[in-house]
Amino acid sequence: MTQYLAKRLAAILPTIFFVTVIIFTLQQLLPGDAATIMAGENQDPNVIAYLRQKLHLDEPIPVRYGYWIWGVLHGDLGESLRIQEPVLGLILQKLPVTLELAAMAMLIALVIGIPAGIVSATAKDSVWDYAANVVALWGLSTPNFWLGILMILLFSVQLGWLPASGYVSPFEDLQGNLAAMIMPAFVLGNAIAALLMRHTRSAMLQVLNADYVRTARAKGLDERTVVLKHALRNALTPIITLGALEFGTLLSGAVLTEQVFSIPGFGKLIVDAVFNRDYAVVQGVVLFTSTVYIVLNLLADLAYFLVNPRMRG
Amino acid sequence: MNRKFVMALGLALAASASMAQTLRIGLAEDPDVLDPSLARSFVGRIVFASLCDKLVDIDEKLNIVPQLATSWQWSADNKALTMKLRPGVTFHDGEKFDAAAVKYNIERHKTIAGSNRRGELLPVSSVDVVDDMTVRLNLSAPFSPLLTVLADRAGMMVSPKAAQANPTNFGAKPVCSGPFKFVERIAQDKITLERYANYWDKANIHFDKVTFQPVVDSTVRLANLKSGQLDFIERVAPSDVAAIKKEGKLGLARITELGYQGITINTGKSDLAQKNPLGRDPRVREAFELSLDRAGIVKVAMDGEAEPGNQWVSPGNAFYAKNVPIPKRDVARAKQLLKEAGVPNPSFTLMTGTTSDAQRLAQVVQAMAKDAGFDVKIQSTEFATSLNLADKGQFEAYVLAWSGRADPDGNLFSFHGCKQPLNYSGECRANWDELLNRSRATLDPKERIKIFATLAAEIEKERPIIYLYHRNWLWAFNKKLTGMRTVPDGLIRVQGLKM
Repeated sequence: MTQYLAKRLAAILPTIFFVTVIIFTLQQLLPGDAATIMAGENQDPNVIAYLRQKLHLDEPIPVRYGYWIWGVLHGDLGESLRIQEPVLGLILQKLPVTLELAAMAMLIALVIGIPAGIVSATAKDSVWDYAANVVALWGLSTPNFWLGILMILLFSVQLGWLPASGYVSPFEDLQGNLAAMIMPAFVLGNAIAALLMRHTRSAMLQVLNADYVRTARAKGLDERTVVLKHALRNALTPIITLGALEFGTLLSGAVLTEQVFSIPGFGKLIVDAVFNRDYAVVQGVVLFTSTVYIVLNLLADLAYFLVNPRMRG
Repeated sequence: MNRKFVMALGLALAASASMAQTLRIGLAEDPDVLDPSLARSFVGRIVFASLCDKLVDIDEKLNIVPQLATSWQWSADNKALTMKLRPGVTFHDGEKFDAAAVKYNIERHKTIAGSNRRGELLPVSSVDVVDDMTVRLNLSAPFSPLLTVLADRAGMMVSPKAAQANPTNFGAKPVCSGPFKFVERIAQDKITLERYANYWDKANIHFDKVTFQPVVDSTVRLANLKSGQLDFIERVAPSDVAAIKKEGKLGLARITELGYQGITINTGKSDLAQKNPLGRDPRVREAFELSLDRAGIVKVAMDGEAEPGNQWVSPGNAFYAKNVPIPKRDVARAKQLLKEAGVPNPSFTLMTGTTSDAQRLAQVVQAMAKDAGFDVKIQSTEFATSLNLADKGQFEAYVLAWSGRADPDGNLFSFHGCKQPLNYSGECRANWDELLNRSRATLDPKERIKIFATLAAEIEKERPIIYLYHRNWLWAFNKKLTGMRTVPDGLIRVQGLKM
């Protein structure tokens, strides 16, 4: 275990280094010129020249990368030129929002997806199975923004139950916070629930045919114990990986959903930053979320040990 | 609980609600930095209208009206503007507003690194403090648009003390002298302002707080208004107008913008201009214009929510050149012109934005021009990229809108002046420059109208920009809101607004 852990940890540093290189180069490959877009409507040549110098745009790419990485190593992610706020501050401002949205969406996905997958696998080819499959297909194929707008029209405009969009901090007003988050969380969770359901179903089907499950049944264990304790535990491994990856994706921001519901999370932050060529923000946020993604991946691998005793050997 | 008690409770609640009333405004975008010297976006100006007073303002008819300056006088040689300032005005930090503060602000606009006001105030060579409440702006040459420039961000005054205390990121916590003071900003979420108790015109302020929330999607913005989360939304989608009119509890206001939507043609920005008939030959550009039916374009692309136009100002504007009226669509004449030019089927690429509005506009233009024999290829390009391509001259025709300025100079000089930053067509003519400079040096509006008439006739010969229409600013709001003023600059003036 310790050896495995050490190996995985050692791999993280070079991975993150490559990530920084990729983020930086991809950003430079974006067409358009940061100074031009930042200069705004007037396109004053003096402003453009000033921004060029401030962004080091006249220097070669490796030198610019050097400036950035030097700052990052010193804990300085730079400042948003568009709104004059430090990038780290923006990340810390958006993180709780994105975390909450991701956690709520994941919870909804797990609560719906895994039980539906189990039911669908144990009652294969029954009405339940078909129903679950239809719902899953619907969840996978519904575009988020469309579902979001429909929900707003129904629950906010027609029924008036929930706020149409916007965000309230849970520390200010917990009820208001939940009211604002439930629709976007459902929209996001819905798609992941479908994915989880499909994977749970196939993993369960595979395991339910395995020899050890037949043995368990032959021992006279009741079906409930066989399914939940013996089969599900083994089937969970790929689902945990999938769940962790999906959670990581959620943490990097749900662009369309955040846009529709005006949730001020990472998704909106990064999209605005890309369109405005606010380099420091794009780099800072992508670096942060990819690091989180890498760490989550590691945690998912470690979680295998907990559910799968064979790997502890 | 008896009924009387419930009613009394209801009244008490209503009373307390009106005591702490918030005006919630939905914006179409998240504003950029809230520093008047550095700010560069239209949407930011909407926030500034509640936050930062200006030396002067414009009214519904584009007259210059007093704000922080109560009166002004040009010198005999038109090279100095003396302004009397409003007494008893303080900044949000309690500092006094006086002539020294004006001098500081104009100098800050002109010198701060990255200032977007420097160019606007270029003719202002120095500022004299005449006395405590009188200031004189000295110009290097007469400059007729100066007052309208001072009616925008260049005329906004920030607290000198606060600006000096925070030289690097004043925009994160701006201190001005407007009706509301800055409380907090959560990027992409909300900007909160609260009533400034010592505002000089406080009798006209009827809200305790104003919040600005960017809600990018126009459908969602409207849904928020309908469900009561917002009281006021700007830039309603033209396609939603019919539905809003049907809604009993919503009001709608509109006014024609100061800006325009047009197609800029590369006639000399790069060698691409000579490589395609549209850029090379004015007859082909005339044919292109004649192939377009502006009223039809407005109907299809804007659901009728725009005024067709063919100049940098709308036909209703006092400076519109009546000698150059909107040409009627004439496909036969367009074909004739193409024949004369020897290119019966010219082909060119029209660069346009990625929004659905921009796409629709390009498609209508494509279809109309086809009738005259044009083969228009549409190239949808994300804004930052298109700006860069335009700047480098890597385009043939470009759908480009301008948000507009109150003085026609703001819609003209930078676009048609030789080598000016917004002159994407690359058209460079000495006589245009001469006329543009003359209009700047002439203060008499009647004289300026004559100059613009000559200029319009000259520009029409070349057509580096084919102006199409002037959009309506569309606002929707809770019908309980009264006191709305529709000023063509599209900004929301909170003075007099009441719910």
